[in-house]
Amino acid sequence: MSSTSDSLTTRQAKTAKHRMVHRSNPFVAILRYSVLLVSLVFFLFPIIWVAVTSIKLPGDYMHRPPIIFPDNPTLIHYRSVMSAKGEIALRNSAIIATLATFFSLVVGTLAAYSLSRFNTGGKHFAFWLLSQRMMPPVVLVVPFFLLLRDVGKWNENFGLDTRAALVALYTVFNLPFIIWMMRSYFDGVPAELEESAMVDGCTRIGVFWRITLPLSIPGLIATATFAFIFSWTEFLFAVVLTRTDAVTLPVAIAGFSGSQGSNWGQASALAVVATAPVFALSLLVQRHFVRGLTLGAIRG
Amino acid sequence: MLNTTATDTPRKRSWRNPSFAARQRRDGWLLCLPAIILIIALSLYPLIYSLWLAFHQWDLQTPGHGFIGFDNFSAAVRDDRLWASLRNTVFIVIVGVTLEFCFGLLLALLLVDSVNLRRFILPIFILPVMMVPVVVGLAWRMLWDNQYGAVNYMIRSIFGNDVNIIWLGQKNTAIIAMIVTQLWQWTPFMFLILLAALSSVNPELYEAAALDGANWARLLIDITLPSIKHIVAVAILFRSLDAFKIFDLVYMFTQGGPGTSTETVSWYIYRLGFQFFRMGYASAISYLVLIMLSFVATLYVSRFVREGRT
Repeated sequence: MSSTSDSLTTRQAKTAKHRMVHRSNPFVAILRYSVLLVSLVFFLFPIIWVAVTSIKLPGDYMHRPPIIFPDNPTLIHYRSVMSAKGEIALRNSAIIATLATFFSLVVGTLAAYSLSRFNTGGKHFAFWLLSQRMMPPVVLVVPFFLLLRDVGKWNENFGLDTRAALVALYTVFNLPFIIWMMRSYFDGVPAELEESAMVDGCTRIGVFWRITLPLSIPGLIATATFAFIFSWTEFLFAVVLTRTDAVTLPVAIAGFSGSQGSNWGQASALAVVATAPVFALSLLVQRHFVRGLTLGAIRG
Repeated sequence: MLNTTATDTPRKRSWRNPSFAARQRRDGWLLCLPAIILIIALSLYPLIYSLWLAFHQWDLQTPGHGFIGFDNFSAAVRDDRLWASLRNTVFIVIVGVTLEFCFGLLLALLLVDSVNLRRFILPIFILPVMMVPVVVGLAWRMLWDNQYGAVNYMIRSIFGNDVNIIWLGQKNTAIIAMIVTQLWQWTPFMFLILLAALSSVNPELYEAAALDGANWARLLIDITLPSIKHIVAVAILFRSLDAFKIFDLVYMFTQGGPGTSTETVSWYIYRLGFQFFRMGYASAISYLVLIMLSFVATLYVSRFVREGRT
């Protein structure tokens, strides 16, 4: 009798202690906290480094040994970088990322709904879409450059170094991601709900607009945020297809940090400008993070 | 999906007639149409154009774009620079993703049963993944700097003042720098996925094994890893395909140098296209890489992923 009750209590104790790591073990606790502390420093330090470099004078960031925090912080880099290429790059990035997100969301959400509810094209179509995203983008950069050059001869507003070109491109690049993400959110809306509304006389479009879409709003916001961040951070196409007019933030930052040392302050200032909105948005999508980065392949 | 449930209730009988199914199929494709048109125009068409380029002489030195058959491809196969860049890329992918997985798993195991810690740490761990890759390149470009960088400073404070590792000026150290930098940005990604996977493992399995007297190593090998193996396979696939694209870091760190020693595939194609303007040759190499990559990815998927979605 006593032995069974004994095993029961140990079992309960094990459940309470959760799975693998025994919290009571002081050695494990020390190990855990020290690993976490080291990794926190490791992951935060480079971010902090950019931030403090942006307020250092050249004498302070080109100093040996490195100075962590400058004696006389300055905002001079922010002013000079914004009056140079920064302002136009910020405006371009904002316009391009916003428009690309909007267009890809409209087009992608419709396709996602079709895939989720009508199973359009079956598994193969869905995977074909996914493969579009898996392809290394550098494969497309050469044909794109040549095509845009030709388009530019015909209409200057859509050729090389235009915002429209990047908007169109990012819209298409975002599509597979948006379709997969939104499909996984639509799959979560019970089909019975739609059916009963349709029995009550609601049309397919009405069902989508009044029931399914409102229920998927959190997913829609998360998806939009990811799409925006992808467009905001893209570098390869931006650096190849723009020169002066349509330069985006990553291209401008790379341009400032070219030569050793001399422009680090300005590059860091622009980097802070480019990073701040992304960090703000990332807090918004925390919960959807795992799903977002695996295109809904893993439900986070 | 609708059809099967509709047959259960007589009220929806009209749904069963074939015209409904046909209409549904038509509506389905109609909703996909804008997406399909966009993808065909801006992704498939360039890809086909690229195939045309691959079979033609298209560079700045030679006027005209004559058809040259497989010449570009046979030149590519014999191109040492291509294979060197491929070797660099594969090395970065394999070593990088393996380390990311190991550190990610370690962090996830340490955090999986502590909800409070997680709430505090998760928002911080998300930051590197969300960073603009160029900014990551800039940050670490400054940290790796041999004169003013923090990495050498730390090494100096341990091993004495005359240490001067020119991290980004030599092949081996530059590749290490790229791997560590990628590690910094993407370990949190692995960590988050593995954490989600670990949280979904059935705790009863551990209880049963613990009753049988299994130690933690046995638990990890026999229970934890098999339970999360599917998610791990997907995570590694995504990370590997992503790491293969590595371009931004090469641009910010070494520009492929010294010489061509730290070139990656993306960087080499970029150089061919936009510094030498050998568009035909660059396209041929793109296709070779695409074929190799799809072959490996398909093999991997059929071997490890199978089920597709969880």
